[in-house]
Amino acid sequence: MVNNQLSIKELEAKAKEIRRLIIQMLAKAGSGHPGGSLSATDLITALYFNVLRFDSNNPLWPDRDRFHMSKGHCCPLWYAVLAQTGYFDKKELFTLRQLGSILQGHPARSTPGVESASGSLGQGLSIALGMSLAAKIDKKDYRVYVLLGDGEVQEGNVWEAAMAAGHFSCSNLCAILDSNGCQIDGRCEDIMGLEPLAAKWQAFGWHVIEINGHDMAQILSAYQQAKTIKDKPVIIIAHTVKGKGVSFMEGVIGFHGKAPTQEEAERALKELI
Amino acid sequence: MADQFYQRDIYGETLVKLGSLDKNIVVLDADLSSSTRTNLFAKKFPDRFFNFGVAEQNMIATAAGLASCGKTVFVSTFAVFASGRAWDQVRIAVSYNNFNVKIVATHAGITVGPDGASHQALEDIALMRVLANMNIIVPCDGPQTADAIMSAASCPGPFYIRLGRSKFSTIENKGEFKLGQAQLLTQGNDVTIVACGIMVSEALLAVKNLSQKGIKARLINMHSIRPLDKEIILKAASETKLIIVCEEHNTIGGLASSIDEVVAENFPVKVIRVGVRNRFGQSGEPEELLKEYNLTNLDIEKAVLSNIS
Repeated sequence: MVNNQLSIKELEAKAKEIRRLIIQMLAKAGSGHPGGSLSATDLITALYFNVLRFDSNNPLWPDRDRFHMSKGHCCPLWYAVLAQTGYFDKKELFTLRQLGSILQGHPARSTPGVESASGSLGQGLSIALGMSLAAKIDKKDYRVYVLLGDGEVQEGNVWEAAMAAGHFSCSNLCAILDSNGCQIDGRCEDIMGLEPLAAKWQAFGWHVIEINGHDMAQILSAYQQAKTIKDKPVIIIAHTVKGKGVSFMEGVIGFHGKAPTQEEAERALKELI
Repeated sequence: MADQFYQRDIYGETLVKLGSLDKNIVVLDADLSSSTRTNLFAKKFPDRFFNFGVAEQNMIATAAGLASCGKTVFVSTFAVFASGRAWDQVRIAVSYNNFNVKIVATHAGITVGPDGASHQALEDIALMRVLANMNIIVPCDGPQTADAIMSAASCPGPFYIRLGRSKFSTIENKGEFKLGQAQLLTQGNDVTIVACGIMVSEALLAVKNLSQKGIKARLINMHSIRPLDKEIILKAASETKLIIVCEEHNTIGGLASSIDEVVAENFPVKVIRVGVRNRFGQSGEPEELLKEYNLTNLDIEKAVLSNIS
């Protein structure tokens, strides 16, 4: 099943709705990670509404494209998108992080649409690599997408997986790097420099596409281009702004792992109309 | 003299059999395929074998990704790396996800020999035992290795199967292998000896020596450490009042601790541990090391004689 294609304007409106849900969920939960959820919202909205092949009524459809969120702390974004695409009722979103909820503080298989747990950074590219190899073995044409954070790529496991995906020429694998430049303790460049990031991935045998991760036209074109690469894995390095869409969260390190208060949530929602 | 086999030879041969029976079997290794014997599968089914190079963390998490797509994934490397190097990947990607990943770790224990402490896994059972969902099998010989592999392949969920490097004497008349059901090897009510892996053959020798001294020992082959056969332990506790646990592993956290937990909660009796006592290993020949670390049949006999009332 291929989903309805939305126009850029419709995608932008959808992304705004999803940002609103993220704020509302986190304010209700009282804890969680708004910064990275908001920076990756445009990327993941475009992916689910215009690119990914899936059937939310049949989450285990064997030919579905796979998506895995390796930076698991940004699951409020994933949950909002899954609810909006029909995997479960929207009211579940407001049980986030509560005892017995299908929506755990970090992704778990209790959530319809979640293929694998995450939360310990650095493992997700390997998970996606496994999905990619399974498609090769089964000669299936599904594609595998995985969202990484830039702080996350400081983990050694990421580079083991990067090396292997290059070695096995996994052209059905597309990584999306939410490069918002921030991590918990500060700016990535101050904590543990990552540059030259594109050159590193190229050296590991990847095709690199760099975009503005908030420009829907660029995002769609990157996903399109990724599909045309037939001999190597692709990484979309998306330059983003942490907390994007809420003025007082944008670029503010403190909102990595702190939920908005009710008052902050109200202010944020006023900006997201 | 009983037959002797390398468990890993049997493992490799069993994988080839499984590969023919089930096209969903996939095998991964991390640059040790000639030692773990997954190379037998690689040769027969090159499209379903992947060598990850020296990168165990990636291998384990990739196994989880493959399993998420319906594959039954056998993953092999040395026990020190499978359990230690990639523990976080085993915890989240394999155990928490409850995926069909079967970790078959070879070269476990002190009998790795000359490679020394860095390569002698004495902590792996402990590390795997604390993970929810994880099944653990320590086969006592070559034929039981085949049983363990077949059982893991047919039973959903994660497994850790612990194999040795050296040749193992085949234990006769063990009866049928059933996951979670220990095997009673000898009858007796004076003392119970519980053993796993290579220590089963040592324990069997100890039982023979003890019987010449008029002591009738009950010997249990505890091949499944998770799920654990609690029934057989409690029966032994109540009928023999003394349990000696033998393992080629640290005395902390392994088989002995498993028995301790069951006994302490239900029927407290004395449990004596024959294992490596809070030390790292060292280089040496397997036989020398078993002696140096008090893991021989004589050590088991001594433990019985000094604790029996």
